[in-house]
This record gives sequence, C-alpha cells and structure tokens, in this order.
Amino acid sequence: MGRTLAEKVWDEHVVRSTPGEPDLLYIDLHLIHEVTSPQAFDGLRLAGRKVRRPDLTLATEDHNVPTLDWDKPIADPVSKTQVDTLRKNAAEFGVRLHPLGDIEQGIVHVVGPQLGLTQPGMTIVCGDSHTSTHGAFGAIAFGIGTSEVEHVLATQTLMQAKPKTMAVTVNGSLPEGVTAKDMVLALIAHTGTGGGQGYIVEYRGQAIEELSMEGRMTVCNMSIEWGAKAGMIAPDETTFAYIEGKPEAPQGADWDAAVEHWKTLVTDADATYDAEIVLDASVMTPFVTWGTNPGQGVALGANVPSPSDFEDPSDKVACEKALEYMGLEAGQPMRSVKVDTVFVGSCTNGRIEDLRLAAEIIEGHQVAEGTRLLVVPGSVRVRLQAMEEGLDKVFIEAGAEWRGAGCSMCLGMNPDTLAPQERSASTSNRNFEGRQGKGGRTHLVSVPVAAATAIRGTLSSPADLVPATV
Amino acid sequence: MDKFTSHTGTALPLRRSNVDTDQIIPAVYLKRVTRTGFEDGLFAAWRNDPEFVANKPEYQGVSVLVAGPDFGTGSSREHAVWALMDYGFKVVLSSRFADIFRGNSGKAGLLSVPVEQDVIEQLWALIEADPTTQVTVDLEAREVRTGDLVAPFEIDDYTRYRLLNGLDDIGITLGHDADIATYEGTRPSWKPLTQHA
Repeated sequence: MGRTLAEKVWDEHVVRSTPGEPDLLYIDLHLIHEVTSPQAFDGLRLAGRKVRRPDLTLATEDHNVPTLDWDKPIADPVSKTQVDTLRKNAAEFGVRLHPLGDIEQGIVHVVGPQLGLTQPGMTIVCGDSHTSTHGAFGAIAFGIGTSEVEHVLATQTLMQAKPKTMAVTVNGSLPEGVTAKDMVLALIAHTGTGGGQGYIVEYRGQAIEELSMEGRMTVCNMSIEWGAKAGMIAPDETTFAYIEGKPEAPQGADWDAAVEHWKTLVTDADATYDAEIVLDASVMTPFVTWGTNPGQGVALGANVPSPSDFEDPSDKVACEKALEYMGLEAGQPMRSVKVDTVFVGSCTNGRIEDLRLAAEIIEGHQVAEGTRLLVVPGSVRVRLQAMEEGLDKVFIEAGAEWRGAGCSMCLGMNPDTLAPQERSASTSNRNFEGRQGKGGRTHLVSVPVAAATAIRGTLSSPADLVPATV
Repeated sequence: MDKFTSHTGTALPLRRSNVDTDQIIPAVYLKRVTRTGFEDGLFAAWRNDPEFVANKPEYQGVSVLVAGPDFGTGSSREHAVWALMDYGFKVVLSSRFADIFRGNSGKAGLLSVPVEQDVIEQLWALIEADPTTQVTVDLEAREVRTGDLVAPFEIDDYTRYRLLNGLDDIGITLGHDADIATYEGTRPSWKPLTQHA
C-alpha cells in the first residue's frame, strides 16, 4: 500500500523501532534559542555529556532581544542573563550561534529557511512550538520541551510515537486580497484549538499549491494552534526555486541528487490518511479573531458572537470569559473595534513578502491618530532586504516604528508589550490572555488587515481604504 | 526523575477550558536559567484576583489539578510543567491535553491523566462540595479514585513504565549508540550541515 508524505519522511528517519516502544527518530536539524535551552545545557554539564552533532545544531537569539538599541547592552538584567547564558553554552559546546548584532540573527524559524538549512524530507526540531513552520518545505518539524532539547543535544535523536496522519485539502483559489493567514485562521475556527491533536497534517490542494513559500510557512506555522503535531506541504518547483542558491543549499551534483530525492516526497495515489478536512478557498474572506484563543475567529465582515451562539456549555462559558477579557459586546460589528497598536512581524508574518505587502497598502497613507504601528522584521536579512527596497521609508513616512529583528510583541518577553486593556491587531499567532503583555487584548489578523487597520484605527481591510494620493 | 506509582491528595477544581501555557506561566516568568523556582509564575494573571479558586483558603496545599478540556495548548515551554510541579501539583486531570504539554509532563515526572469530561464534572462537584476530598491517582492500576467514583484512564505502556521506574530517557537512548552511529553512516552527503570542516 502507498504511503503519505509524512509516513515517507518518518520512515526515512527511524533509527530503531521496537513493538511497544516509541520509535527512535534521527533529527537532521536542531534549532536553539535562549529561552528553552539553558536548563538543557545545564543537564548535559551535570551528566558530563557532549553535544553529539554540533554540525546539525544552530542557535540564534530571538525571544528576548530588544528591537531598539540592539547595539547596546541589553537593559533588562534577566533577559541579559539568559542571552549571556546561551552565548556561554554555545561557546562551551561548540554550537554555531547568530547573536544579536550578527547579520544572520533573527527569529529561529525565519533564519533556518533563509539560510537554506530547512530542506524537504528533513526532521527538524526546536524548543519552540512554531517549529511547525518548517513543514512548509515538506519536512517533519515540531516543537519540543527542554527535556527533549537535552535529549537531542546528547543523542541527535528523539523517542517519538508515530502520529496519525490527516489531510487538509483546500480546493479552489483564494480571492484577491485574501491570504494564507486568513485561510489558516478560518481553518482553526472550523476545527477548534484541539482539532488536530495527535496528527501530522498535510496541507494540499490547489489553493495550497498556489501559495508562495512565505504563505506556506504561515499556514504550517499555525498548525500548532489547532493542536497538530506538525503540518507539512509536499515539496514542488516553488520549494526547489526558493531553496536553490541559498547559502546552505546543496550545490552541483549534490543539488541534482537532492532534488531527485525530494521529488519522491509526495503522498502516493493509493495512500490513505486517518482523517481528512476539505475546505473551499474561493469563498474565504479576511478573517480575524475576537476571543482569547486562535479558534475564536470570525470573518472581518461579521459581528462579535454571543454566548448564545454556542451549543457546547464549555464554549458558552469560554465565549463569556473571552468577551469580558477582550472588552467586547456581543453583536458588535468586528469592523467597529478600535485598535491602539498594530504589530506586523513574528515567525508567522515577519518575512520579506509580508513587509512588501504591508508597505504596498500603507504607501501614501498615514497611521491613524491614536494608533501606533510597529513593524518588526523577522530577521536582520529581512530588515536589510526591506531597506534595500525602500520599504523602511514607506513605514517611517506613514508614522510607523521601524524596528530591529526578533520575536518582539508576539509574546512580549522584550520591552515591546501592550499595556493593560490596550488593544492590538497583530499578524502573530496567539491571542491568549496576556500574551502580548498583562491585560493586553489581541486580535489575530493577516498582513493586509493589519496595514488597513493601522491607517483607519479600526479593524479594516484594504477594501475599506480611500485610495491614497501618492 | 522520581518514581511515580500512586498519589493521593486534595484537588483544585479549575473550571476553565483551553488553559494555554501562557496562562499557566506568562512569558515574562521564563527568563530564569535554573530548573526550579517557577511557582511564582503559575497562573500569575489569575492569581491577582482574590476570588481566583487557587487563592481560596480551602484550596491551599492541593496536589491534584482538575481542569477543563484542551489543557496546556500553545507554547512548548516546559516551564509550564515545572511551574505546576514547583507549586506542588503531582497530577493534572483533563479530558484533553495538548501533545507537547503531555510529552513534557511525562519527561519531567508530572502525571497528566486524560479522563472523560463527565468524570471531570463529577470531580468538580465532589471537590467543591468538600474541598478536603482526597483524590487518588493510581498509575499502576491506571485508575482515578475518590469515594465511590472509580474512573480508568489510558496512558501508553512505555511512558507508564518510565514513570513507574523513574527512568532517564537520555540514559536509555545512549544505550542504543551503535544503532545511532549505523544510521548516521547511511545519511546522504547532501543533507545540510551547520558547520563545515
């Protein structure tokens, strides 16, 4: 019988398989950052163990780092300790590190693909749940905890029970102005936050094939938000074109051999999935969240739901609590929601294509009075590319803040946070209570919605804008 | 890791679904480089509210957390497990756990036990009626018990075996070093490296 993409990649990495035990899976690439690694290195040190494969390990500083004054010592002493600890650990254990100030520094899930280290058919892990991003290349990529980080450092393997597989087939084409982010937010609203639990999901169908690599990364990135173990997309010519010529991409005969193998990484015609969801892209519209988990979303053109709209008692209670926390009235149009801060960035939407799209919409407009727009590139390379294209000027002239690279306001570990009751429209991935700062209220949105919202000061799409006079 | 066979203690009824890891411990509390001391961050935002269930005097000294569905969604931070353990929890009960959280808890020695939502509802009612109710979670028998209530739970054999024996995963895997080395010999030359000789 045929195998799915996920099964093929899994099978290629099994070091040892014994009935009644999880498989021992080889890890091709281990990404590391400052927050989930210190205790893992400490564990190695206590046990007198080494990093087995420093040459399959890469570290970068992203979660904690400031996006202003990055050439000065980090002001927050606790953040500084964590970053310093990563630097000491990388030096002691021989791990390649791209620290703050380095040209390759940035969010770990932006850095891997742009270096060409993320390739089809790999197993990739990181102590960060958004590792699912790398699945866009046809890799099995998932987030792990610190105990597992230590396990991979010591052994370059992980013990993993083989997950079930699910297909998400998205037929048709996305309408103009509707993005990969809208697609995945609509999917999560459909499944709830636990709908993918226990599955490696393969996204496929015309709308997926038509996405750029950036769009595919946005979709796979948010796989974890509906509970999936991982999300992946079969590699194709779009994938190969993106990788070719990247610094760590195979070259010459190696490139040919790699591509030949990558072309086999598709689900066989006679393979079966354990579950399937089918969606129609052609009816999708800009989609935003109203609540405090990524499954609590509606079309931008809809109204804030009411607890009475839900049948399940725990959904009713969750709706009540979310409305109270978010300061929203049931029945209020989403477009009437006034926003204080717009955040464009993160491993979900902080790539060059995202910044180009934002700049295209913002050009010639001004950020609304009483609203601030924060633009945070996903990496230093993205930042420099944007500056080469003059995007920084578009943002600055519109009144936006143009920042350095990092995770920033996505999770508010650095100084970029919301104040209590401050409301954001954010291109990031989580609208949990307090995620962007204690008491902060987050609406997850696409890049076009973020840009239009910054200009109008209320949740908006580019269709709501009066054309700019450039 | 300590061995886990059975645990009996009082319980905290947390009537919330989708308790994500940002609620369990907000990111600002993740900056420690040690493995202990995370109890201050546990449910930090909710604990500001004097009415929050964990602040009530009758629920001090609890060691079993009884939560709504989809517990531990979100970030991979193992700090969420450490914060629960540092606070004193030995067991979390929910009808559904996020995968990464459940994996992390198994590694660190916190038992996360999936039971049907109607069992959770019965436990909430019992605990709220009498906060001194003792709840037993028996890993050997794979059962949750209190009074007349006996609810079986599922846990994979391997995780159960490791928890019962307090085994260290890395030690077990290093025992398969020869298999790992053999596998490494078969990896194609075009696979990427982060460092070049």
